Amino acid sequence: MLHHSLHLALTVGRTATPEAVQFWILAPLATLAALGILLVKKAVHSALLMAWVMVTLAIFYIAQDALFLGIVQIVVYTGAVMMLFLFILMLVGVDSSESFVENVKGQRIPSIIAAVGLGGLIVSLLGRATVGSPAVGLAAANVDGNVQGLAKLLFTQYVWAFEVVSALLITAALGAMVLAHSQKVRSPFAQRDLAIARFRKSSLGEAAGLPASGVYARHNAVDVPALLPDGSPAPTSVSQTLRARGDIITSSGFALEHIEEQED
Amino acid sequence: MRTSSHLVYLIALPLFSSALLLLLGRIADKWGHLLATLVSASTFGIGVSEFVAMHSHTGANRAATQKLFEWISVGNLKVDASLLLDQLSICFVLLITGVGTLIHIYSIAYMDHDKDRRRFFAYLNFFIAAMLLLVLGDSYLNLYVGWEGVGLASYLLIGFWNQNPVYAVAAKKAFVANRVGDLGLSLAIMISFAQFGTVSFTGVKAGAPHASPAALTAIGAMLLLAAAGKSAQFPLQSWLGDAMAGPTPVSALIHAATMVTAGVYLITRSNFIFDASSTARILVVSVGVITLLFGAIVGTAKDDIKKALAASTMSQIGYMILATGLGPVGYAFAIMHLLTHGFFKAGMFLGAGSVMHGMDDEVNMRKYGGLAKLMPITAVTFGLGYLAILGVPPFAGFYSKDKIIETAFNQGGGKGIILGGAALLGAMITAFYMTRVVVLTFAGARRWKDGSHPHESSVLMWGPMVILALGSVASGFLLSMGSSLVNWLQPVVNASNATGGKELMKPLVVSLLALAVVILGAGYAIVKYRTVPEIAPEQVSVFTKAARKDLYQDVFNNAVLVKPGTILTAGLVATDHNVIDGAVRFVGWVISEVSDVLRKIQNGYVRSYALTMLVGVFIGAVILWVVTA
Amino acid sequence: MDISNYLYLSVILFTIGALGVLIRRNAIVIFMCIELMLNASNLALVTFSRIHGNLDGQVASFFTMVVAACEVVVGLAIIVTIYRSRRSASVDDASLLKN
Repeated sequence: MLHHSLHLALTVGRTATPEAVQFWILAPLATLAALGILLVKKAVHSALLMAWVMVTLAIFYIAQDALFLGIVQIVVYTGAVMMLFLFILMLVGVDSSESFVENVKGQRIPSIIAAVGLGGLIVSLLGRATVGSPAVGLAAANVDGNVQGLAKLLFTQYVWAFEVVSALLITAALGAMVLAHSQKVRSPFAQRDLAIARFRKSSLGEAAGLPASGVYARHNAVDVPALLPDGSPAPTSVSQTLRARGDIITSSGFALEHIEEQED
Repeated sequence: MRTSSHLVYLIALPLFSSALLLLLGRIADKWGHLLATLVSASTFGIGVSEFVAMHSHTGANRAATQKLFEWISVGNLKVDASLLLDQLSICFVLLITGVGTLIHIYSIAYMDHDKDRRRFFAYLNFFIAAMLLLVLGDSYLNLYVGWEGVGLASYLLIGFWNQNPVYAVAAKKAFVANRVGDLGLSLAIMISFAQFGTVSFTGVKAGAPHASPAALTAIGAMLLLAAAGKSAQFPLQSWLGDAMAGPTPVSALIHAATMVTAGVYLITRSNFIFDASSTARILVVSVGVITLLFGAIVGTAKDDIKKALAASTMSQIGYMILATGLGPVGYAFAIMHLLTHGFFKAGMFLGAGSVMHGMDDEVNMRKYGGLAKLMPITAVTFGLGYLAILGVPPFAGFYSKDKIIETAFNQGGGKGIILGGAALLGAMITAFYMTRVVVLTFAGARRWKDGSHPHESSVLMWGPMVILALGSVASGFLLSMGSSLVNWLQPVVNASNATGGKELMKPLVVSLLALAVVILGAGYAIVKYRTVPEIAPEQVSVFTKAARKDLYQDVFNNAVLVKPGTILTAGLVATDHNVIDGAVRFVGWVISEVSDVLRKIQNGYVRSYALTMLVGVFIGAVILWVVTA
Repeated sequence: MDISNYLYLSVILFTIGALGVLIRRNAIVIFMCIELMLNASNLALVTFSRIHGNLDGQVASFFTMVVAACEVVVGLAIIVTIYRSRRSASVDDASLLKN
């Protein structure tokens, strides 16, 4: 069946030899690059391969008498959109790479089967769709020039869609701004404000600053609390951040044993 | 028929006053009772002026109507809110407003110490308004509004001291029993609408002769059920004894003189239904006879003075119901007995209230005794009422009750003898228990403790009692003189259509016979109660025990109505819990179990969802591939 | 060479793109794969345009590009936002919507 369809599809129309040469050189490269997107670990490499695929496609567009689209593909897609991708990659971390160990059960194999199967089916359907319709070619349509032809269609038959799409673009731009914009909920505290706040507290115990962290004969670091006179650790003497991360060492080992006896 | 524009004030005034007193709250405490009494008196004034106005017209123009507004207009059902004042209504209007005003005056003194006196008077005024609407409505639906209104007023007033749970339960009992009767009335209204296409009295009256006997009997039976509920007739009689929980003026006004007689009014008003259905009439007389004996028997065993009087009320209304069932001739006598009963029973209730007032709210007659010397006015007025209810000539009861007994005998044949005999027997028992009440209360040795100081009540209380006592003496003579009431009611009840019936005995013979049984009953009571033990004796006959227990009416209701209802409800609850809830819970359980399995699909990984989507697209492509092959 | 070879190339690129979406975890790479799929379909549209001899396919392709641009803008903004709060660009880390 598949073979049959392919056979029929072959009758769509022939191209000139230079185009065939170009196709057979570029198409495998594009396929390899696409596979590369799929397989390389680093996102930035994927982006570069993607750019290559897009340029290849632009060449194919031009080869198929779609000059305007070819230019747009290079300028807008390869130029703007891929730059946006790279820009975001810089934000997120350019050398972030992921492992290829699949951690969702039953994802990879079914995915491959479904994708490849779908591809095969589409190929088969494509063959049927193009049966008996020899290629007309765009010579007649592009007689006034490809850009003029497209413009005529866009501003007559498709003008309504064109306007709607412009609204969509504006909305998307707005949406992106809203999403990416983070608002500060308060102005940052100045040193003066912090000082005033310290003295306004119910007790003046912390007015001169919090106690320093423990400094001991065997350990001298910010991650050990100082000891209070009764031998218990002073929790406020270590940074809140360290405490939250659990990166502090207990200071009980540094406490003097039998503190009452020492007083005698 | 002429139209009048004043009828609405009869209802609007007390209704407005009631709303005012309830809405103003404590502000009106100081003068609320005075306003209510004034309003009641002014309704009486309007009633009298309307009565006079009726006399200045003749024939059909005596009756007056007033259309207030179009109330309901749905499809074929068109009901106006309009009032009808005819010869029958005016009797009730005068009774309600007259006795009502006297009792308002009495209550000023009786409720003097109650901090909620204003609320009490608001309810009383509301009752007056509702009762007047009941008797003035020109259709069954208008009557129904008043009917429900007096039910509500009765509920509120029985439970006036609802801080006492027993009283609150008594109020609820009265309300529930009344609801059963109300169901009858609403069914009667529906049937008559289905049958006649109208619910107005004139419309139903016009249609009644052409209606099917079955429908007429059904309407009659339903009306009788309604009457039984409102008038405490068998089988819905059980609430009246407990209704004595309310303040005594309420017992006098609502549960003796006016509201409980609404059933008699309803049957008399619907005379065209009962005239056309002999089956319904038989039901009516049966209910009347059973209740008159039932009430009388219960009355013999009650030690609570108010409950004894309540049983007596039940029995006397039984007489009225019996009279209404005796055909066209009976209606006028029923109304006559209703009016005289309104006087003497209200008077006696007020007397009982006066005694209670003097005895620190003691109601047990065994703790009374020898009060006549200390409360002479109460004793005399009560005594006049007593003579009236016994039917001793020339007091009021003689004219009304003997007529009923006589009419019963005149029914002819076995029926006449049974009905007349029962009525005579009732008269004898009445004489016995009323004598018992009088002897226990006013005569004999004093049995009360030294702590209480019985005394005569203030003029505000004995004034109304004196007026009512005068009514008990004279009303019967006035109403029957020259058959005045019978002639007056003629246009409404159509007594001239009466077949008359064969006279079994001469009226004189009946009167003598009645007098004889009364003397017999009273004499036996006097002999029996020469000495009265303070605590009711335990060693008594089964009959006495049964009578003390109200002839097991509550036991019967419990066993026949409440128990099966409770069991049915419990069964329904169990069904609901196990079957219906069980089914719902089972469905929920199944869904929850299935969800537990399906939930694993939702692993949160967007790529997994994307795979699902791609598989979907793949399947779609397969289908496309197959279909286009 | 037959013109339909362009179509087969398009299918191959589309398949690789789809596979990339399903297999890669880095959100940015996934986005690139989506772009790859869109580009593959663009190639198909341009080829169809040539086969049918009118420019409608190219117009459709043009609109696809615009929509893709919109999508990239919003999508990358979302990625930045997620990265800001979770310090990660892996789509598997944003898996709170489970069970």
